[in-house]
Amino acid sequence: MLSKMATGNGHGEESAYFDGWKAYANNPFHPINNPNGVIQMGLAENQLCFDVVKDWILKNPAASICTVEGVDSFQDIALFQDYHGLAEFRKAVARFMEKVRGDRVKFDPDRIVMSGGATGAHELVTFCLADPGDAFLVPAPYYPGFDRDLRWRTGLQIVPVQCHSSNNYEVTRSALEEAYERAQEANIRVKGVLITNPSNPLGTVMDKDTLTSILAFTQEKNIHLVCDEIYGATVFKQPSFISISEIMTNQDCNPDLIHVVYSLSKDLGFPGFRVGIVYSYNDDVVHCARKMSSFGLVSTQTQRLIASMLSDEEFVDRFLAESSQRLAARHSVFTGRLKQVGIPCLASNAGLFVWMDLRHLLKDPTVEAELALWHVIISEVKINVSAGSSFHCSEPGWFRVCIANMDDETMDVALRRIRALAAKKDMPNKAAGKRKCWQTNLQLRLSSRRLDDFMGIPQIGSPHSPMPQSPLVRAT
Amino acid sequence: MTVLSRLAGSNTHGQDSSYFLGWEEYEKNPFDESRNPNGMIQMGLAENQLCFDLLESWIAKNPDSANFKCNGQSVFRDLALFQDYHGLPQFKKAFVSYMSLLRGNKVTFDPSKLVLTAGATSANETLIFCLANPGEAVLIPTPYYPGFDRDLKWRTGAEIVPIKCSSYNNFKITKTALEEAYNSAKNQGLVVKAVLVTNPSNPLGTTLSKDEITLVLNFVSSKNMHLISDEIYAGTVFNSSSFTSVMEAITDKKWAHLLDRVHVVSSLSKDLGLPGFRVGAIYSNDPKVVSAATKMSSFGLVSAQTQHLLAGLLSDHKFMEKYITHNQARLKARQAMLVSGLKRAEINCLESNSGLFAWVDMRHLLKSRTFEAEMELWKDVLYEMKLNISPGSSCHCSEPGWFRVCFANMSDHTLDLAMQRVKSFLDSKINKNSHSYLKNSRRARSLSSWVFRLSFDDKEPEER
Repeated sequence: MLSKMATGNGHGEESAYFDGWKAYANNPFHPINNPNGVIQMGLAENQLCFDVVKDWILKNPAASICTVEGVDSFQDIALFQDYHGLAEFRKAVARFMEKVRGDRVKFDPDRIVMSGGATGAHELVTFCLADPGDAFLVPAPYYPGFDRDLRWRTGLQIVPVQCHSSNNYEVTRSALEEAYERAQEANIRVKGVLITNPSNPLGTVMDKDTLTSILAFTQEKNIHLVCDEIYGATVFKQPSFISISEIMTNQDCNPDLIHVVYSLSKDLGFPGFRVGIVYSYNDDVVHCARKMSSFGLVSTQTQRLIASMLSDEEFVDRFLAESSQRLAARHSVFTGRLKQVGIPCLASNAGLFVWMDLRHLLKDPTVEAELALWHVIISEVKINVSAGSSFHCSEPGWFRVCIANMDDETMDVALRRIRALAAKKDMPNKAAGKRKCWQTNLQLRLSSRRLDDFMGIPQIGSPHSPMPQSPLVRAT
Repeated sequence: MTVLSRLAGSNTHGQDSSYFLGWEEYEKNPFDESRNPNGMIQMGLAENQLCFDLLESWIAKNPDSANFKCNGQSVFRDLALFQDYHGLPQFKKAFVSYMSLLRGNKVTFDPSKLVLTAGATSANETLIFCLANPGEAVLIPTPYYPGFDRDLKWRTGAEIVPIKCSSYNNFKITKTALEEAYNSAKNQGLVVKAVLVTNPSNPLGTTLSKDEITLVLNFVSSKNMHLISDEIYAGTVFNSSSFTSVMEAITDKKWAHLLDRVHVVSSLSKDLGLPGFRVGAIYSNDPKVVSAATKMSSFGLVSAQTQHLLAGLLSDHKFMEKYITHNQARLKARQAMLVSGLKRAEINCLESNSGLFAWVDMRHLLKSRTFEAEMELWKDVLYEMKLNISPGSSCHCSEPGWFRVCFANMSDHTLDLAMQRVKSFLDSKINKNSHSYLKNSRRARSLSSWVFRLSFDDKEPEER
């Protein structure tokens, strides 16, 4: 009675990944009320600078259309549903994007198209560029949500480009060629390459040569290059973030093949406000995307707030500096303490997470062993981290650990628990012994379906349910 | 040559419709009471601007909702982080109680069956993604909202087959029309998955009668289909008791088997006049639909900032009751003003009891009973009377000569002026002893070729 789309698994939520969320949702850590609960480190949120933002909000009541200072605009804002978006909003977002790129490029506000978060932006771009059955090449490991966002309703296929830790996951020309040929052999038409820079889950930035090489590859094949730059302002130390826009200015290329996906969810920490942006250098894509944006416009109430906030250049400069500093500090503490207990992380300088190497703790270099270890981490160490296999990583043993979504005290508790994990040298055997009962209780599944950090558990709540102690939930 | 998707190259987005020329013309010369009193008056925009004073006064008295606060405490951080596709519990609870209020409390709604979406635009598309496979069809009574062509068909690959209604019985849905539509779909090799009705109707401004609802329910029951009821105008009914929601109709035990096949689309854009906030919703008794739609809503969630503001507003029951009463009264008065104004110019409207517009009968002013003549008449209205109204052909009306005219998006004075323009223009025509409105101008001749022109890039079909 329903469509195949509704009854199928394209939403990607049928995955072993659920177990981590279940464990967390059933037993969430709270420093006072539940100090032995599971700590959420599977959520790539930026919670480090809310004090800076709150301070701005208090000092700028006119940014809200509901204050005495701002209510004169209420009617006009409430009525405005033009899919071009408020001019002030586009201008402010374009300017912000320029600042994040150190003013090395210019963005045209008339190319800014809104979408329902980066989630909506990715789907929208895919609808514009590819027909059902076409494919994008996506360097792996990649954000699990792409499986849903790029494929579910669009019919796109993803062909992973395998990258390896041995060369720091560089996206090499040969890896791209190999993936392209694999697609050709399977009679799949490749329409584009999607890169995430800075990378989720790696937390690294691409250097100029890599970007130039990827751009050249796509130009030669006359396919699109979509660049997800949503972590652009989470770079906290050198090397600096080089965006595709900068690479374009330095070489001859066909701009009609180049598109950027952006959002305010990571850089500013506002995933709840659903501010996604599609920025394309292709006029036809801008026009088509704008029409499609009708399905996921940004609330004008939010557009007004963001426009006011981001056009305050002094605030933006201060925020970017502060955010960078706090991320750097958090990263340094976390990776330093892990190093002390013999747990290496991939060297990184961006993102809201680290890519933790636990290969030495695996019983075997297999996905099964990785998932077994993961279950130990969740149920015994009581931390929800994300297993590398859910990011389509080809080497078992890597885990993404989010570090910006908690306060210092909770981080401290997490680190102490991880130290305990590292001490369990015989733990892999214990894991093997206990596996049977987990399989019963936690329904260990080794399906290839993976879950992204946005998807959730039916009946319990999506991964982005507020903390149970949030007043937003308590109030009901 | 860069190849984009077929979707990008198609014009199923529907923006090549003549509907949007009026917008363009309005934008070139917009009326302003003081600065441009001879400009074009926008009567093609179904917006409700009549009750902002009430909303603004509520905001002034409720600073918490306005300012990211809950019980005086800042919840900015929690809102900024809240992206749970189940929605803010308080908002959904308030939303369903508002839905109930609009239906005279004759139905209660369960918040867990509500899915929030970025406007009704997104709700309608999402429902079709959930109910129909590409190439399958939805039957829709004509005339219907032009945006359905985009919302229901563009990215979903679904088809629309019209259920042709006509003026002989005031555009009511008949059994014959339903059967004819169904057979037409079958002849085209289409599998029909659903009937979609808009109740109250856009563009007619009428509510479905109980008989019509029974007819449609019998039909979907016998054909094993879904029923989607777009009820976004529920709050614009001049008198609540004359509106029967399909949700109320199916509380009758005889429809128990249909419960999980009836889905309602709701929004705050029309009742509350908040189209910019993008608040839409799907309500369904089918947990599979709720589950799939909830996941799909990830592509267009409602901003948590907006959910918080509106949770406060909608849960103030006393205020909402007062709002509904005033809104209904003001809409009724405004509609009466339009109807009587047109009557003075000897133009009749379909009798209506809801909506932000009237369905105006200008058939007697047509040079011939053709859509070309309708376009010519429309051009006169646009350029001579300087009123942007919507031609019935853009709503897929099967009879030429009908126009949708909006009345709730301007002041009393502006509406009055619009009516004067109509009368003056028609009087002058009569004085010249001519019943022909074909102007022998270059503009009119180029009209036909213009009508079939492609692409008004910069106009968005947000208006409903």
